[in-house]
Amino acid sequence: MRTLTDLSRSPVGPETPERPAAQTPARHAPAHDSATLHVTGRARYLDDQPAPADALHVAVGLSPTACGRLTQMNLDAVRRAPGVVDVITVVDIPGKTDVGPVFPGDPLLADAEVRYVGQPLFAVAATDFKAARRAVTLAEVEIDAQPARLDAVAAAEAEEWVRPPHVQQSGDWQQALAGATHVLEAEQFVGGQEHFYLEGQACLALPNEDDGVTVHTSSQHPSEVQKLIAEVLGVALHAVTVEVRRMGGGFGGKETQAAPWACLAALLARRTGRAIRLRLPRGDDMRATGKRHPFHNRYRLGVDAQGILLGGEITTIGDCGHSPDLSEAIVDRAMFHADNAYSLGDARVTGIPARTHNPSNTAFRGFGGPQGMMIVERAMDDIARHLGEDPLTIRKRNLYRPDRDVTHYGQHVEQTALLHEVVSRLETDSDYWARRDAIRTYNAQSTILKKGLALTPVKFGISFTAKHLNQAGALLHIYTDGSVMINHGGTEMGQGLHTKVGQVVARELGLDNSAVRITATRTDKVPNTSPTAASSGADLNGMAARNAAIQVRERLFDFAAEHFFQDQQFDREGMRLENGELVAGSGENGENERRIAWGELIQAAYLGRVSLSATGFYATPLIHYDRAAGQGRPFYYYAHGAAVSEVVVDTLSGEYRVTRVDILHDVGDSLNPAIDTGQVEGGFIQGMGWLTSEELKWDASGRLLSDGPATYKIPTIGDTPPDFRVSLLEGHPNSQASLYRSKAVGEPPFMLAISVWSALRDALSSLADYRVSPALDTPATPERVLFVAQALRQAAETKTPAETPQ
Amino acid sequence: MIEFYLNGEAQCCASLAPETSILELLRNELQRTGTKEGCASGDCGACTVAIGEPDRDGRLHYHSTNACITPAHQLQGRHLVTVEGLARGDALHPVQAAMVECHASQCGFCTPGIVMSLFTLHERQRQSPIALDDACLEATLGGNLCRCTGYRPIQKAARLMADQPDVRPAWADDPRLDNDVAALKNTLETTGYAIPSTLEALHALRRQYPAARLVAGATDLWLEATQRLEAFETLIDISRVAELQAIDETPDGWWIGASVTYARLEPLLDEFYPAFARLLRRLGSAQIRNRGTLGGNIANASPIGDTPPVLLALDAQLALEGPDGARELPLEAFFLDYKRTALEPGEFIRAIFLPRPESDPHLEVWKLSKRREDDISAVLGAFAWREENGCLRDVHLAFGGMDATPRRAQATEAALEGKAPDVATFDAARQALARDFKPLDDVRGSAAYRQLAAANLLERLRLTIDHDATQEVCLDAYAH
Repeated sequence: MRTLTDLSRSPVGPETPERPAAQTPARHAPAHDSATLHVTGRARYLDDQPAPADALHVAVGLSPTACGRLTQMNLDAVRRAPGVVDVITVVDIPGKTDVGPVFPGDPLLADAEVRYVGQPLFAVAATDFKAARRAVTLAEVEIDAQPARLDAVAAAEAEEWVRPPHVQQSGDWQQALAGATHVLEAEQFVGGQEHFYLEGQACLALPNEDDGVTVHTSSQHPSEVQKLIAEVLGVALHAVTVEVRRMGGGFGGKETQAAPWACLAALLARRTGRAIRLRLPRGDDMRATGKRHPFHNRYRLGVDAQGILLGGEITTIGDCGHSPDLSEAIVDRAMFHADNAYSLGDARVTGIPARTHNPSNTAFRGFGGPQGMMIVERAMDDIARHLGEDPLTIRKRNLYRPDRDVTHYGQHVEQTALLHEVVSRLETDSDYWARRDAIRTYNAQSTILKKGLALTPVKFGISFTAKHLNQAGALLHIYTDGSVMINHGGTEMGQGLHTKVGQVVARELGLDNSAVRITATRTDKVPNTSPTAASSGADLNGMAARNAAIQVRERLFDFAAEHFFQDQQFDREGMRLENGELVAGSGENGENERRIAWGELIQAAYLGRVSLSATGFYATPLIHYDRAAGQGRPFYYYAHGAAVSEVVVDTLSGEYRVTRVDILHDVGDSLNPAIDTGQVEGGFIQGMGWLTSEELKWDASGRLLSDGPATYKIPTIGDTPPDFRVSLLEGHPNSQASLYRSKAVGEPPFMLAISVWSALRDALSSLADYRVSPALDTPATPERVLFVAQALRQAAETKTPAETPQ
Repeated sequence: MIEFYLNGEAQCCASLAPETSILELLRNELQRTGTKEGCASGDCGACTVAIGEPDRDGRLHYHSTNACITPAHQLQGRHLVTVEGLARGDALHPVQAAMVECHASQCGFCTPGIVMSLFTLHERQRQSPIALDDACLEATLGGNLCRCTGYRPIQKAARLMADQPDVRPAWADDPRLDNDVAALKNTLETTGYAIPSTLEALHALRRQYPAARLVAGATDLWLEATQRLEAFETLIDISRVAELQAIDETPDGWWIGASVTYARLEPLLDEFYPAFARLLRRLGSAQIRNRGTLGGNIANASPIGDTPPVLLALDAQLALEGPDGARELPLEAFFLDYKRTALEPGEFIRAIFLPRPESDPHLEVWKLSKRREDDISAVLGAFAWREENGCLRDVHLAFGGMDATPRRAQATEAALEGKAPDVATFDAARQALARDFKPLDDVRGSAAYRQLAAANLLERLRLTIDHDATQEVCLDAYAH
């Protein structure tokens, strides 16, 4: 196996800055490799796959109760319903009944205990989808309901946890508070978020001739689906093949939570011997699957007279739902990002994964990081109001800098200069201070409409915090016509991963992007893969693909030296592949230059019995984290960015508009600027939805009320800011030897949207002459904004402080 | 048997259940899977298709619709265009080419719907130039949710589609297509689904199938099929009954046929009631406005229907028809209780009378919702009044979302009637409003929010009437 260091030394590797970046294929911005298929309707999603005519369709019976004992489940009428072929409950599972991805706790079908509304109780296979769904409604289910625990704070106080709490601490936080000029404290509620991938959970299971299955699924983690299906069926992993061509959106919602449906489909396929289609209707999908964790955060922080943080404590309580799922790592990541881009000083950060009777909350773009950042961004605004300073001034004073560059978990922040440059360039480019003055003038004259402005930075750690997941594999074939097939462990959910990995292989082999084709992700091609998550898809799989390409390339150079240039004194180290040719020698040094066309080279290599196939591998270096100590270097590097948002708020109705957004984002040396820009823009809007209009509401019994797009409102085209200026930071390669010095881009831009929330607080604060820092829980719906405006107005009238953090 | 054209090819479909949607027909029966199901409730736009409908001259005009909640039987005599029908071999349609060029698809699942919405815009643009400003793009694409891109590249693609090579679909070459479609029957009576074209035929069908439900735009009824899995025994489709399609002008106003779509109403309202027209554009997506009808919005009797408060404020009347003959009824007398109306068994709404605006009329319509586009109201206030000698006259205030039915705020109206629009008057009105309504808590807003927001709309009204005020009092300038 080659290591990263070996790769970095290769001739066209990232250590050769003299090579003009713009001339390399990977710097181009080819369209998404499926773009033409998307726009013509030919791109096949799960439910578009053809299946045998006798395929069965599955619907799942869900619990109507949040907490209780299942006393009776009479499915006779279900079994007798027209079209029904098979009905299964937990007793029909031959192998393991728990499909918890990391820790146990997720029954595939409920046994005696019911733990959330929407929990799968039984599954029905019928000759068509409607027949299966109608049959489900005929079940007679009796549940001895018990009081549901739906409040995460109460759960945390009762020590109801899915995992033990975790602490990260640096220095003496109590002494820091004792020595502070000002001590401020506040708490906030940060709402959850429904993924609302446009393609819902879906799979297609085909029984094999032996005891196995082949399962097509819309999952970010095919290897885990494979493992769980094997465990549920009680067969070896080699009997199960899982394939993912593409997802119609994932965003974390298909990291663990695609697996149960695939397990049910696989089991029914084995039982009936027929192909099984399963897709969740939107309402079932929204009720049964976990979402972004809602968080309750608190801070108590001390600052000096300049508003610089000296230290203190931060507590984050995540509402994990009924089971661990990925919640330990998600609450950890909230803690890792409770500092965002600021040195906390001597601080203690505590994370509590609370257990409630909700669906098991799960991964969602940012993975707890956004929720963690919200508390320190609240603190920055609060400190500014307390001291009568502009929030940007306070933020800049607190940014990590060379003498304050170690996080509360002990990681050194390497690119502090870059962080400052991003903020100061955006401050200038967005004309922050002139607009600040204009807004103050406007607000002084306007009593109903109030404008707000905020700049917030992002520093986001890149790597899985579970160290073992930071590995990837790839499989590369060159066929005798010279066409190249690359397969890797990453999955395509729209983020352009396949396009980027194809670019990498094309670049290493000196070919046009069109010469390289990526096929569906399959567990029988590349085994034991990690989920496509943590923004790491291109970092890890691109490196593995590059590793495979370099191996084949080296073989080709060895072969060429023997076969073509035996009598010529070409420097083996000077050979290169470019523009569809192998080039040996150099015109510059007076040597002869020889060029062999790619097709001729491959034909000759095949006849010369050279292996034209390779497996590639990559493991991220340097990272470690000691969970017992709460210290380490969990992240290979950080990605940075900043955004300035301007809003206008109608303080009579609570309605608002985001009128302008400026973004400057750091992707190192971009692999594909078009795709990266798309990730930045899309991530920002998705984050804005999370903080503004996307409101999850439950009734008192734990039933989700916002269970469809009629009641759960993600942004529409009219919510895109009319003035939206997005730039990628140029000239700053990654300080670590990542893939061509690029940086991950999937998650970090999501948190740029915190600037919208902060701008809303800024607008509201104007109602109290910027002396009050209003609490504004999220999502900041018009209703929440109106109530805050009302409270501030009343307080201003009665001259009592509405909420001033002390 | 339904006869229609699909991407230029004649199709016949027999024996479809009445509740079959166009989406089910495409995906399950015809194996055309390019059109996607995202929500099956008409809220996401992933299933958007274009329906070509012949005008009086037999020329096809295309509009977008959500295939998931459009009855398959409504395809009778129409040309259905799906995402598979645009490219010409390997040559992409200008809409598709622009989407690729602008990197406007990521996961691609919403893309077919977006392509089809843009296709209808492109078709309209071929006929007459349209300014592709933000307002136009919102009006076209407000009902197409994309979870990946943030929409910016889609906006760009919409603006660049005119610059692409003018590739036409192969079916567009067929000069006979429009006539062939127009030559198909415009009526249908097949098992479980009837499309009459005259009021007389409708009456006959009502007598024949007294239990049959009426359907026009299906934008609400079809949720019973897709969400509650209802099977309909018989449906009578009133979307082609000539008398229900008419807009008859009288000296006093307009009789608007019950199955006139929102889209067809827009020009009339733009001219006479611009505040009402602006509301229509926020009432639902283009796909919904192309299908939904004024009659359906009233007969549905939802407390949060958007048009009833406006029509109440404007003193609208209803023409009803039933087995015992026709009658007229003020809209105010129509809503009895939650989803309960004054319709007698067998009776239906034939037309809605919209009075002509008197001299110096004022109408303001304000809708509050979590999201500005394609969302259901938390509160909707409609305010109509005249000013006479500095006093308010003929004050009509009606609210939606504040009670079990849309209704007028009588105490509040009384507090304003004949008074000068000053602070004291509106303070009294605000107190009266608290007596008028005791709103409910639900997913769209708490009772406290509704109460406060509705009262604050009165303050907005005062500031709007206040001729001396120069400051902005709502976000109109920041929205389209």
